[in-house]
Amino acid sequence: MFARIKYILIKEFIELWRDKWGRFRLIVPPIIQMLIFGYAATFEVYHVPTIVLDLDHTQESRELVSRFTSSNRLNIVSIASSQRDVNNAIDNSDAAVALVVRAGFANLLRKGQSAPVQAIVDGTNSNTALIALGYVNTIAAGYAQDYTADLLQRTTRLQGVRQVQVTLEQRPWYNEDLNGRWFFVPGVIGTLTLVIVVNLTAFAIVREREIGTLEQIMVTPIRPAEFILGKTVPFFFVGLGEVALVAAVGIFWFGIPFVGNPLVLLLGTTLYLLSVLALGLLISTLCSTQQQAFATNFFVLNPLFTLSGFSFPITSMPEFMQWMTYANPLRYYLVVIRGTFLKGVGVEVLWPDLVAMAIIAVTLLTISILRFRKSLE
Amino acid sequence: MKVRRLKAIALKEVLQIWRDPRSLMIALLMPFMQMFLLGYGVTLDLKHIPICTFDREASQNSQALLKRFAASRYFAIAGNVQNYPALVGAIDRADCKIAIVVPPDFSERLNDTGSTSVQAIVDATDDNSANIAYGYALAVVSSFSSDAQLLLSARQGNTLQQSQPMVVQSRVWFNEDLESRNFVIPGLVAVVLALVGAQLTSLTISREWERGTMELLISTPARPSEVMFGKLIPYLVLGWIDASFCLIIAAFWFEVPFRGTIFTLFVTTTLFLAVVLGIGYLLSVLIRNQLGASQIALLVTMLPTTLLSGYVFPIDQMPNIIQKITYLIYSRYYVTIVKAIFLKGADLHAMATPILFLLVYASAVIFLAARAFRKTLE
Repeated sequence: MFARIKYILIKEFIELWRDKWGRFRLIVPPIIQMLIFGYAATFEVYHVPTIVLDLDHTQESRELVSRFTSSNRLNIVSIASSQRDVNNAIDNSDAAVALVVRAGFANLLRKGQSAPVQAIVDGTNSNTALIALGYVNTIAAGYAQDYTADLLQRTTRLQGVRQVQVTLEQRPWYNEDLNGRWFFVPGVIGTLTLVIVVNLTAFAIVREREIGTLEQIMVTPIRPAEFILGKTVPFFFVGLGEVALVAAVGIFWFGIPFVGNPLVLLLGTTLYLLSVLALGLLISTLCSTQQQAFATNFFVLNPLFTLSGFSFPITSMPEFMQWMTYANPLRYYLVVIRGTFLKGVGVEVLWPDLVAMAIIAVTLLTISILRFRKSLE
Repeated sequence: MKVRRLKAIALKEVLQIWRDPRSLMIALLMPFMQMFLLGYGVTLDLKHIPICTFDREASQNSQALLKRFAASRYFAIAGNVQNYPALVGAIDRADCKIAIVVPPDFSERLNDTGSTSVQAIVDATDDNSANIAYGYALAVVSSFSSDAQLLLSARQGNTLQQSQPMVVQSRVWFNEDLESRNFVIPGLVAVVLALVGAQLTSLTISREWERGTMELLISTPARPSEVMFGKLIPYLVLGWIDASFCLIIAAFWFEVPFRGTIFTLFVTTTLFLAVVLGIGYLLSVLIRNQLGASQIALLVTMLPTTLLSGYVFPIDQMPNIIQKITYLIYSRYYVTIVKAIFLKGADLHAMATPILFLLVYASAVIFLAARAFRKTLE
């Protein structure tokens, strides 16, 4: 049995490594993609283009505006002189945030009344808008607080009022600087591997079938399970190699910390690769031509990628959607890879995810072996 | 170019599509399914963020503060922990994204010095969620703080500063409720179309090579450009059908506000389809075996389209060099266009730049494909 598997293995490795193009496709695109996506995938928001309209022209309004100018989160691109400038800037996407201080702002402040400041935000990108609005509120709150403190200090001596303040200290764990790259780069590793491995495996059997070499192999004494094993093992090693390659880029180029146990990651990666390989095999047995396999890949991979928690938080999805993500191996692998990279947690925390991937792998492998046997008869 | 030969090639391609009902079904069902599936999944809004509380004081004050978190619609209490290891465990297992720790001297410090603090421990592995969750928590604490101030002032008979000294009135344009769905779904249309389009055409030529029918095609009097356009036209029609599916689902099912005109949408979508189909064709000409074609098509379409097109990740926040690379990602232009048509009601004039880029792209791709095909014949 081992001898037979060995021959299939050798044959597959030769087929994978034979042409220069094939080797190139396995190594260069993943590295380039990792580099580009590592830089591109982030929700961090800096230098939001901002336009300011100050119709009050008082010391107070200028002080407020200067606080916005000095923030590195907002970038004042222009000072408007009329409301029309503001509207145009937002319409043409020259500015994403507009700050309007109306005449009478300082007057209201001095009278102890609520002085309004208007913040207009371009909501086309709701996430950026939400974060930018958060910055505006924080800066404005800081100004309001200092203004009150200042005022109280002046009046306290007269009236003996005490100031009360409750603050919230932020303690970001596992990622103290709230660096977006730390979150996304490990995710890119899982995603790239998914695309490469599923595609390779999905084509493995279909190609033999379409070219007609499957018949040739079937007249040899090899058994279906041995054949499938021989087919998948090379891709398993290819997958491991890809993970190692892109993880190295993540650690050495992007400086993502790896605080966990490499063995836990290896275990998680093994289970993940098995489930992803099994998925590719299943696609392989469902399709009779390479075109169909290709179409099915597109059909399957995009939802797997989008509904994995890679960028869209699973807890925010509708409940039935959350249930569907339980069948997605990438969902679990992202927990494992982020858990080992950033949190340094081990099997005691990650075991549900590891078990889930194992179940997916076994189920899909069984189905595809059964289907494969049937398709031969 | 002769219309008769063009028609013949197109007819052959139509038959070939028609006789592979599974592929046809995938081509028609895929956008439908993807829009439904992903439309529900693509949300960045945070609601019901799981939160843990650790009340080390257990006083009236601390309970009043924590009650506000329970009442907030942004948070859902996942548990009240009694000790520090339990808190670490809850964050490690991702049972909660944020934990509020009230120190044992919370009220004491509040009474003595007037200023006190609570801790928000945030699972920052997901920095974006962490930031937003912290922002919501800050709002809860600030309102608690100013209410405490008001209460105290009132008790001391002071009416000065009854109101907040300053309020920010925010107006959000184009997406009034800041629904992430309204911003992601138009982009999703572009992503789905880019995927379907590349998938539709990228195998048409390599299939001919692999099956050996290319020799037959070459021996016919059809010119390379006729072969190309003849092959592309049926797919353009399929693309139109797919695009209508996606856009109708976006506008009617997911109720993304549609403020533009059908005409602008039709013109720009056709342009985009020309680029997408052209790229698929070019790839299938350049890479003769199907595995290679599909691998490259996957690599150049799926991930770049989702990550570099501005569909979720804002391009203006990327490093300069990556921003330059995004100009190569053709979906980028269509993402901009669809968002502008849907949310801003932009007309062709307002979108002149992305349209121009798409035009250049389309002509370049089709020119290259025609050339590459001629070359492979020699």
